[in-house]
Amino acid sequence: MVEDTNSVPNDSEERVPIMQQILDNPFLLLFIGVAMPTVFYIVWGVMEIVTIPIAK
Amino acid sequence: MSSIHPPTARLWWKQPIDRVEGTWIAIAFLWCLIMFFMMPYWHITGKQNLSNEAYRTTPEAFSKKAQDMVDKHTVRTETDQNIPVVHPPAGSDVYLIARLWAWWPVLELEQGKSYRLHLSAMDYMHGFSLQPANINLQVIPGYEMVVTVTPNQSGKFSIICNEYCGIGHHKMVSNLYVVNK
Amino acid sequence: MANNETFRTCPRTGLQFHDSAEMLMKANAVVGVVFLLLGGVLALLIGLTKWPDVHLLPADSFYLVLTAHGLDMLVFWIIFFEIAVLYFCSSTLLRCRLATPRMAWLAFALMLIGAVTTNVAIFQGNSSVMMTSYVPMQAHPSFYLGLILFAVGALIGCFVFFGTLVIAKAEKTYQGSVPLVTFGAVTAAIIAVFTIASGAIILIPTFLWSVGYIKTIDPLMYRVIWWAFGHSSQQINVAAHIAVWYAIAAIVFGAKPMSERVSRTAFLLYIFFLQLASAHHILADPGISSEWKVFNTSYAMYLAVLASMIHGLTIPGAIEVAQREKGFTKGLFEWLRKAPWGNPVFSGMFISLIGFGFLGGISGVMMGTEQLNLIIHNTIYVPGHFHATVVIGTTLAFMALTYFLIPVLFRREIMFPGLAKWQPYLFGFGMYVFALVMMGAGTLGVPRRHWDMSFLGAAMPYEFPGSAYLLMSLVGISAVVAVIGGGAYILVTVSSIFLGKKLDAGVISNKPTPVVTPVSAAISGHGSLGIAGFAAPGTFVLAMVFLVAFVLYYFINWKYLSQVWGLS
Repeated sequence: MVEDTNSVPNDSEERVPIMQQILDNPFLLLFIGVAMPTVFYIVWGVMEIVTIPIAK
Repeated sequence: MSSIHPPTARLWWKQPIDRVEGTWIAIAFLWCLIMFFMMPYWHITGKQNLSNEAYRTTPEAFSKKAQDMVDKHTVRTETDQNIPVVHPPAGSDVYLIARLWAWWPVLELEQGKSYRLHLSAMDYMHGFSLQPANINLQVIPGYEMVVTVTPNQSGKFSIICNEYCGIGHHKMVSNLYVVNK
Repeated sequence: MANNETFRTCPRTGLQFHDSAEMLMKANAVVGVVFLLLGGVLALLIGLTKWPDVHLLPADSFYLVLTAHGLDMLVFWIIFFEIAVLYFCSSTLLRCRLATPRMAWLAFALMLIGAVTTNVAIFQGNSSVMMTSYVPMQAHPSFYLGLILFAVGALIGCFVFFGTLVIAKAEKTYQGSVPLVTFGAVTAAIIAVFTIASGAIILIPTFLWSVGYIKTIDPLMYRVIWWAFGHSSQQINVAAHIAVWYAIAAIVFGAKPMSERVSRTAFLLYIFFLQLASAHHILADPGISSEWKVFNTSYAMYLAVLASMIHGLTIPGAIEVAQREKGFTKGLFEWLRKAPWGNPVFSGMFISLIGFGFLGGISGVMMGTEQLNLIIHNTIYVPGHFHATVVIGTTLAFMALTYFLIPVLFRREIMFPGLAKWQPYLFGFGMYVFALVMMGAGTLGVPRRHWDMSFLGAAMPYEFPGSAYLLMSLVGISAVVAVIGGGAYILVTVSSIFLGKKLDAGVISNKPTPVVTPVSAAISGHGSLGIAGFAAPGTFVLAMVFLVAFVLYYFINWKYLSQVWGLS
């Protein structure tokens, strides 16, 4: 295969930008979408509750 | 092709952003930052913040503390049920019980003085709602919330319940007096 | 397995329906509308009880009806319809077969059995615990069991959706990326998975507690985890109805996203941050730190609010660009004036968008601010807010979409077109007034979930000002107007589906035809359109009006907060 080295890489050959690849991957997004609130809302929230001291 | 079709450009990520969108995103983001920093700012300079002070408790332990306060500082009783009206010293710990379907006891505070108000529920969830000042707090069984309150007006206030607690929910109202000394 | 499957191409739109998916969409949508009807009847009873001079129901029936209304509307109606939307956005828009139709029917059956079980528990009268069912108040075990069955069914439905995405990709029924509307549906489905899992985490132990296997459920723990279900389920709606707005803009105007990148990034912000807002309900609770409250309630620096503000610009902006391309270029607003206001698909969508932003959005951010929450927590302001988001936002958007689906999916001509034309206005503006007067009453301290604002039988009753009574009367009146508007929707849809003139089904084949992507257009902006380099100047002006209203209302509430008692 001989490529014409003078031409600018055209639309159909250029690599897909990384953000577009992420947005095109529903299962990666599913993982992020479940992990974020689980960590920041549920896990952190439950830790707050279990560390409430007992009344004197 | 439109929003219900796949994007026509293979590398749609590279399409330049319209000026109208870019401008709006910048303005909206700025506004989001302002709103975010309002909360810590108010913690530093504002006078209305909730403390993070709370304890795990039991109905027995909490009602004993409330009873001790009532025994020491009752000044009169109200209604035909003889509900005690308590006038605790300024700066002291004040206990308010939420139960089906009453707030107990009735409190009498002094304007401009601060009190450590302790709130807990004996049975179900209740909602502390001070009217007409419109201050609203969640009252949860098994937990004791401590809030330092400083009344800035005198007069007769009401505490209504604004968390559904059963058929007598609407009867759960009590008075709270703020006097000027 | 593909032998006896058929694909129908709609002669009116060119959309392609897989027969199994089509049946499932119809079944889910129809059952959803049945729950909307039930919830609407209950809404009328609640409105007439909240109206102080009418005060229709006794206390016990009022709380029963309120519990049923909350679940039938917020959960059953909306999620049934959303499952239909998910199947539409995957199978129909990607022109592929639906994954595992049998599992999808199982999902439907579980959801239906669950919804009926919970309703029976409520109407038997021993489960009037409100939608939130806060422990330690206990409902009948079948109340929780029904919700668990429903949740499992809905979760299966979400995975049928994800499976369909996989099939479409594997069978190459489209090229490149999924359509923006499908991406919105992906967002909704992701939020739904977290929501439903949280619901299971808390409702399964609660069910075991109700039958006596577990001794206690910690009430604060219950609140925190339940709201990861209760609030996030409303975030599914936000993602879903925004996808529907984009779809309607595309269907009615042929509008294309102003920028795929901006709109999809906004959905990505939803995936990251939207669900943190479950913290809105925990702001007045004991023992949770301010750090947790500030971070979660603000969706990590309001990044999901930013996303909503972006959608709020790009959807009408896309419409404006499409209209300007058609020649409606005079001044700032000719594109909007000349929009098809008589078409309920458009008018419903636009009334939904404006109401969601101005009434639901601004009020939601205000009450989700840590300190400002103190002056509205658990007042009737809260239902005022979420009727603006869920009824004006989601329900009205779904109603608008229905007017499109009746000829396309159900293949019937719309009956009573005159009524259909007026329905979004009647329902939408009825709900505008309803949400506004409820919020007004809430700022005067009127409590939510409360049978009698005159405190009948209390030893020390509180007397609300006359203005609060006036506002609550208006709540009753506007509720009646909105219920009439909702009834018009039910009348139009049900009679069209069963009695409407049958329309041509279109070509049926036993193979899907892939999406035809046209030759790649050059990447460019909207260059010559608009004013001063702004492709959608009218929309920008509307957005600035929105921002000014937002800023003013936000700071007015800080001013109000600064006047209440000192709290620390």
